[in-house]
Amino acid sequence: MLWLLALRGIVGREILRFLHQRERFLGALVRPLIWLLVFAAGFRAALGVAIVPPYQTYIPYEVYIVPGLLGMIQLFNGMQSSLSMVYDREMGSMRLLLTSPLPRWWLLVCKLVAGVAVSLLQCWAFLLIATLFGIELPGPGWLTVLPALILNGIMLGALGLVLSSTIRQLENFAGVMNFVVFPLFFCSPALYPLYKMRESSETLYWICEFNPFGHGVELIRHALYGQVSWPDLGVVAAVALALLALAVRGYDPRRGLMKRKGG
Amino acid sequence: MTGLSFRYGERVALDEVSLSAEAGRFTALLGPNGAGKSTLFSLLTRLLISRQGQIRIAGHDLEREPRAALAALGVVFQDATLDLDLTVAQNLRYFSRLHGLPPRQAEQRAEEELTRLGLWERRNEKVRALNGGHRRRVEIARALLHRPAVLILDEPTVGLDPPTRRLLVDHIHQLCATTGMAVLWATHLIDEVDPASDRVVILHRGRIRAAGDVPVVLAAAHSDSLADAFRHFTPESPPAQEAR
Repeated sequence: MLWLLALRGIVGREILRFLHQRERFLGALVRPLIWLLVFAAGFRAALGVAIVPPYQTYIPYEVYIVPGLLGMIQLFNGMQSSLSMVYDREMGSMRLLLTSPLPRWWLLVCKLVAGVAVSLLQCWAFLLIATLFGIELPGPGWLTVLPALILNGIMLGALGLVLSSTIRQLENFAGVMNFVVFPLFFCSPALYPLYKMRESSETLYWICEFNPFGHGVELIRHALYGQVSWPDLGVVAAVALALLALAVRGYDPRRGLMKRKGG
Repeated sequence: MTGLSFRYGERVALDEVSLSAEAGRFTALLGPNGAGKSTLFSLLTRLLISRQGQIRIAGHDLEREPRAALAALGVVFQDATLDLDLTVAQNLRYFSRLHGLPPRQAEQRAEEELTRLGLWERRNEKVRALNGGHRRRVEIARALLHRPAVLILDEPTVGLDPPTRRLLVDHIHQLCATTGMAVLWATHLIDEVDPASDRVVILHRGRIRAAGDVPVVLAAAHSDSLADAFRHFTPESPPAQEAR
């Protein structure tokens, strides 16, 4: 009961905060929409996508990148919640959370679930707008994509937690964008199928194959069409668990990562 | 706490610190800036862990039974920890859930605590709309929601105007007397201590320099004012402030 109350409290707070921060909601939507409506429009002529699973016919480029953009939303959301963790820690509300009489790993899981809940809201809003702009997606996909989004969200949220446990100051966070977000996003099948990558560079192809975010995108892509991609599922689940374990370790006071200068 | 030591790398922040806060009494932890007060609070709230020494909160060892110990602890941090974009009530509700209070009880206690601090009418306002003094009051109300046996406050009056400071100091003194709660109040402002009833612990450079009822500390320093005693026990530090 106590554990569930805490979960409710933390998720409720995160959603309230998200709804209050309209710019954040807008920002979360504008970014993928620009890719979808501008980038894809310009790019569709340049890039013809062969038929790759789960697609059974030729598809327009903007349909191809929808799952990748869902992944992108979650990637940015994961980084954003980790940014807010660093901010919280500087502002002290992280301290409040950690003094609650619950095991720390559970508090981190709650934080994670809260971040995933927020990312689901963003993803659905994005799908809604994409549909309004005439992008055709299978109707049941709205629901079948859900488990994939949850799992991918957990993986990226856990990545955010790990980063926030190691990054002390907000200023250092800009580096995360260059060293984490961009490589993860571009070395993935979010914008182009990996066989295209292989045509240009075998090395790059293998780097992409080892990118867990790419497997997350493929998991979402298949789920959107009612299919389960088991290898991708396995990779995402394993990486999510490993990152979560690292995050719990990072927030363990005995390890001293929470150390800050005291007076 | 007994025999508590802590170091940041080479720098010793706390050295064999032992102190206690008695039930129903106001214990003032006095120390100049850099004395180790914040480190002490981080250890008490388990944000930091020391391998040397022991902390017990309401009979629970913080290391062995952290959850029972933390459940008995109320904390007012030095930095503001309220969500500015949420209302007063939403902030309190969040905390209640973190501490597992059933919703009805949570609402009832929020009403009691906010009423006591004169903020019940403002419960639906966003915290951003409150001034510094009111925000502090909300934080104190929040720290009391789960009826802790021990309340610790880390320089809670920093940045507040004198009347508000007085109000908070008096309020906590009163709580101590009426609820039997143990209070540990860190400050560097001497005039927040009530010489008649309070206990004083003077911390300087990570070590306890004096501890006990005010008369005992005065006698040990051979002085007749707490400000003089404070200067006596904390040489080479800026003089204690009477008020801001």
